[in-house]
Amino acid sequence: MLEADNLECVRGERRLFAGLNFKLEAGELLYLQGRNGSGKTSLLRMLIGLLPPEAGEIRWRGQAIATLADEFRADLCYLGHLNAIKEELTPLENLLAAAHLADEELNDDDALDALEQVGLAGREDLACKYLSQGQKRRVALARLVKEKRPLWILDEPFVALDVAAVDWLAGIISGHLQRGGLAVMTTHQLVDIPAGTVRELRLS
Amino acid sequence: MFKIISAVIGRDLKLAMRRQADIVSALFFFIIVVSLFPLGIGPEPDLLRKLAPGVLWVAALLATMLSLPRLFADDHRDGTLEQLALAPHPVGLVVTGKVIAHWLVSGLPLALVAPVLGIQFDLSADALIVLTFAILIGTPALSGIGAIGAALTLGLRGGGVLVSLLVLPLYIPVLIFGAGAVDATVTGLGGEGHLSLLAALTFASLGFAPWATAAALKIALE
Repeated sequence: MLEADNLECVRGERRLFAGLNFKLEAGELLYLQGRNGSGKTSLLRMLIGLLPPEAGEIRWRGQAIATLADEFRADLCYLGHLNAIKEELTPLENLLAAAHLADEELNDDDALDALEQVGLAGREDLACKYLSQGQKRRVALARLVKEKRPLWILDEPFVALDVAAVDWLAGIISGHLQRGGLAVMTTHQLVDIPAGTVRELRLS
Repeated sequence: MFKIISAVIGRDLKLAMRRQADIVSALFFFIIVVSLFPLGIGPEPDLLRKLAPGVLWVAALLATMLSLPRLFADDHRDGTLEQLALAPHPVGLVVTGKVIAHWLVSGLPLALVAPVLGIQFDLSADALIVLTFAILIGTPALSGIGAIGAALTLGLRGGGVLVSLLVLPLYIPVLIFGAGAVDATVTGLGGEGHLSLLAALTFASLGFAPWATAAALKIALE
């Protein structure tokens, strides 16, 4: 479903990688590994269409993502290393606003349920600026609970999470793979994802 | 299409309400700058009447400039801009929503206080009405054109000054026709012609600016 064909990435004067190929089918997870600065985040940004590749092409369901544009983005859920939450809004408002902007249906009950799952019950009406770093990360991750889109692209999703939350997130990701979803993620800590086929790609 | 625009407007207005200091400071800047002129020039009604349109409009341009650097910078810093760019809609629509929200919190309050400030310059009732109208229909163009500048300078150091240098020259037509409308009313020529040109500028910039801004944002996000 997701195919990268001969990708090349140049940032500034440096060529980070060239001739990169992979193919990902439904229910598969791609672990991107590599040291700092090896181009993991650049590759993710290419996959979501924000960074045009120097050469090569990315295809989703057989068509180039550049031509699919909106159609591709409707299938995509991206979680960057920034949390993309507004400090002034409460976790509940953040979750609802993110869903509305992404054109997804999310009602208050579902949102409250998602927040409860990430352990933020009782804090849904507190402005996010009063939350800790890990709690803010949880607000960002709460989006994934009700996320039905087939392609998840996650940049370092396990950062700033405690052990219990890491297990919880691994469960959410394997649930997604079981439903036939795809996921690409970068991480420095290898977490065991119980379901789906796990592929690894090392950038060097 | 309207759903995404109204979702962006709703979110930005809610954020602005939580951060009222931003709105209030731009508004007070406008009020104070305009009020300094009668105090500095002294009680000469003829001179003040002549200066009024220009002073009010220049102050309106500067007050709009104040809030521009933050139009995209906050969203860029916390990562929400990426999410907005990844929404399954053309980015131009998202920008349209942000421009409308920016006008509602920066342009609209200026138009509401302008007639009160105009009294300080001894403007006639007719001139005050035209002034309010002119600011009401001219400021959306300021938000639209300003958005291009804000997007082009996104992530640059000293972006605030750069926005002014980029955007103020582009504001000149709005200034000329906006001040001209009031001036023409004061001299008895009637400001309708200026007002329609101002409306044309606003429509053109609201139609064109979001797409130019979207292109600039794309570069900033690479």
